[in-house]
Amino acid sequence: MADKYMELVNTGMTKKLAKLLGLPRPPRLRRYGETTPLLPGPVLVLGSSARAQELSDTLMGWDLDVRRHDAGDAKLGGLVLLLDELTHPEQLSPLMLAAGAALRKLVPGARVVSISRPALDTDAPALAAVRQGIDGAMRSLGREMRGGATANGIVLTEGTDLLSPGTLGALRFFFSGRSAYVDGQFLTVRSTDGELPADFHKPLAGKVAVVTGAARGIGASIARTLARDGAQLVVVDMPAAGEALAAVANQIGATTLQLDVTAKDAAQQIMDHAIGRHGSLDIVVHNAGITRDKLLANMDAARWDSVIAVNIASQLRMNEAFLAAKLPGLRVVSLASTSGIAGNRGQTNYAASKGGVIGMVRSSAKLFAEQGGSIAAVAPGFIETEMTAKIPLGTRTVARMVLPSLMQGGLPQDVAEAISFLSSDAAAGLNGQVLRVCGQSLVGA
Amino acid sequence: MSQPSVRNAVIIGGNRIPFARSNTAYVNASNQDMFTAALEGLVARFGLQGQRLGAVAGGAVLKHSKDFNLVRESVLGSSLDPATPAYDVQMACATGMEAIGSLANKIKLGQIESGIGGGVDTTSDAPIAVSESLRGILLELSRARSTKAKLAALAKIRPSHLAPSAPGTGEPRTGLSMGDHQALTTKAWNITREAQDELALASHLNLAAAYDRGFFNDLLTPFKGLSRDNNLRADSTLEKLAKLKPAFGKNLGEAATMTAGNSTPLTDGASTVLLGSEEFAAAHDLPMLANFVDFEAAAVDFVHGAEGLLMAPAYATARLLERNNLALQDFDFYEIHEAFAGTVLATLAAWEDETFCREKLGLDAPLGAIDRGKLNVNGSSLAAGHPFAATGGRIIASTAKMLAEKGSGRALVSVCAAGGQGVVAIVEARK
Repeated sequence: MADKYMELVNTGMTKKLAKLLGLPRPPRLRRYGETTPLLPGPVLVLGSSARAQELSDTLMGWDLDVRRHDAGDAKLGGLVLLLDELTHPEQLSPLMLAAGAALRKLVPGARVVSISRPALDTDAPALAAVRQGIDGAMRSLGREMRGGATANGIVLTEGTDLLSPGTLGALRFFFSGRSAYVDGQFLTVRSTDGELPADFHKPLAGKVAVVTGAARGIGASIARTLARDGAQLVVVDMPAAGEALAAVANQIGATTLQLDVTAKDAAQQIMDHAIGRHGSLDIVVHNAGITRDKLLANMDAARWDSVIAVNIASQLRMNEAFLAAKLPGLRVVSLASTSGIAGNRGQTNYAASKGGVIGMVRSSAKLFAEQGGSIAAVAPGFIETEMTAKIPLGTRTVARMVLPSLMQGGLPQDVAEAISFLSSDAAAGLNGQVLRVCGQSLVGA
Repeated sequence: MSQPSVRNAVIIGGNRIPFARSNTAYVNASNQDMFTAALEGLVARFGLQGQRLGAVAGGAVLKHSKDFNLVRESVLGSSLDPATPAYDVQMACATGMEAIGSLANKIKLGQIESGIGGGVDTTSDAPIAVSESLRGILLELSRARSTKAKLAALAKIRPSHLAPSAPGTGEPRTGLSMGDHQALTTKAWNITREAQDELALASHLNLAAAYDRGFFNDLLTPFKGLSRDNNLRADSTLEKLAKLKPAFGKNLGEAATMTAGNSTPLTDGASTVLLGSEEFAAAHDLPMLANFVDFEAAAVDFVHGAEGLLMAPAYATARLLERNNLALQDFDFYEIHEAFAGTVLATLAAWEDETFCREKLGLDAPLGAIDRGKLNVNGSSLAAGHPFAATGGRIIASTAKMLAEKGSGRALVSVCAAGGQGVVAIVEARK
């Protein structure tokens, strides 16, 4: 990471000085590599839900050292809390306190993952209380983690269990360096759909994926990551961005499609290209987006309309065409933004479009599922890109370091990893998901 | 359609960089930079990364001797398999046409399965030679063995020798510039200033409209911040064009009609065209836009005044039509390179002229008029500019796409060249 500050506070003399002064010291995050282990140490599975033993056996099949009880290990790489059968807040105590005792043993880059059930309006009050309580406890735990370790949760809806493909896919994602910048978040398993990959390092093998806005920044990173994970890529961007787009394509063996996503026939062009040249269309990543920031009082129609047209209207139109074409098993992942969740000054237009993406994804989940497919969104927080590099230094430092639990901005790679996971067959059961990749930031960026 | 015994050569697609007026956007780009960029865009469009193609052929008109392997060096700098052979071609402004045509022939004969043809030129980064007398002295210096002989050679250098010799478009045998040559032809065929300006205006308007409807989205990859040809004047009018002063044939006085508006400017740019056999295209799931049917070169004696410098395509066309048993009217598109508006109009006039067709082309009847609505419908060199060797690739790729869009028909492509030469070709829609 090209961040001088992080370098300074984590190495040599300046590290000591930073400690002495109590300066925030953003940790180095544990990121994915094909040869790095899934977890940086043994994993302790706490709780005795149904199928807990089968889950442990599965984890052992992933080459993990699995402990069902505190075996006196000096160090742990992961902690799984099985909380899905609790019925009253009073039952939280033993498991949470056991987890607390294990926390001190977690090595840098460790992972805590809870597994629980969703709190529903139809639940008995005590049941809903414990389930919602877990949400609060895990988000708080995320804020207590150190050394780049994270705490996230998996929520199992009715009909799904510890061994559902979506559960295992989510668990593996949270364990892996792929989730480096995901903290304090929940993934909800909504169905037993999905399939784990034959090769966990090539989860997208045989898939044809289209990424819009792929010439630079997060889009280019998504394209590279999907290609690394085995997909054949079609990279799309505005004709004017063609030079950078071609460079991305030639790095990853992709084909280019110079296209304005707001064109009426954009979806048709994408389908013609993907199917004509590569035989199918399995994954679409709606990444193309623009910002035209202005306080609403100073907003003009050109700024407002262009942001809506590119960031949400184009996606609605394309999705409609994809659904009409009945592409079997199509997985769509859209770029939302934490601005669309938490709001951001000067971004009413952008937040309307990104909030719109979230609404679209939730509402479209059923439609895509009917054709064996799925749709999801990733909401990035503060990501270090050419775009955010233009934010004044002071504001940037605060945004990237002080507010998120992980005390730093994420990398385009971190967003790309989440998108790759959500576009994989393992994530089919997570249909309709909106996942924040924000280092557990408090605000939108 | 011409030779049933050989297989089809298919135009799969093309890619060029936007063309830039000399000393503008590409002032720091070399021929190799530009041709590599055009190749890389083509490789990306068609997913050719790491593939070994049959051949890459192309060239530049203004080329330094150090660039003897210009195309091969570009291939080595590209994402193609380095085991792809490449060779340089040079036939003045017909370089691209000759490169593409020769590749098509190899494909038809089954010698290669695929190839990329094209060209590049820069007048911004043009090679500058030392004067002939200085060159002589420097060569003498390099041959000298003794210090005395070396000093003697050096002593011959005079300040006047240091004036560089920049390349021009002058004809070595007549000393006339290409424009001044064309001015003679333009006058001989009584082409009016108004007719030339109208053709120039149509070129700009047609090219601008083609950009606006996204025609070039899959024919062009931006380069150095340019995403359209910067010679294009979408707001040009006949009034503006009429105000320009004559630039060529000034010695003709009142009869001088050729201006900077109805002549192509010096331009930088590069183009490529991907060709293949039907088997190659099918095996790689690549589109088949059109067939490259046949091509023909001609040359005329302009030195002794028997013919205008840029009239060779008129002759080549007659022979090509006869060989393919076609009439001039059997085409849906006519792509006649606009070196000068006068070149296009003189060529059309010659085809309509009974005397010319009888005496010069040896025909019983004139080739006749064409439907002007089918001429350069997406603009041509007057608007796009004319980086000499790159023009053929620009036209062939665009023509193939036009035929693919129409879904039927046939196009005649004509490119004139220095030295009194020209190459014409027939491109046909896939059935």
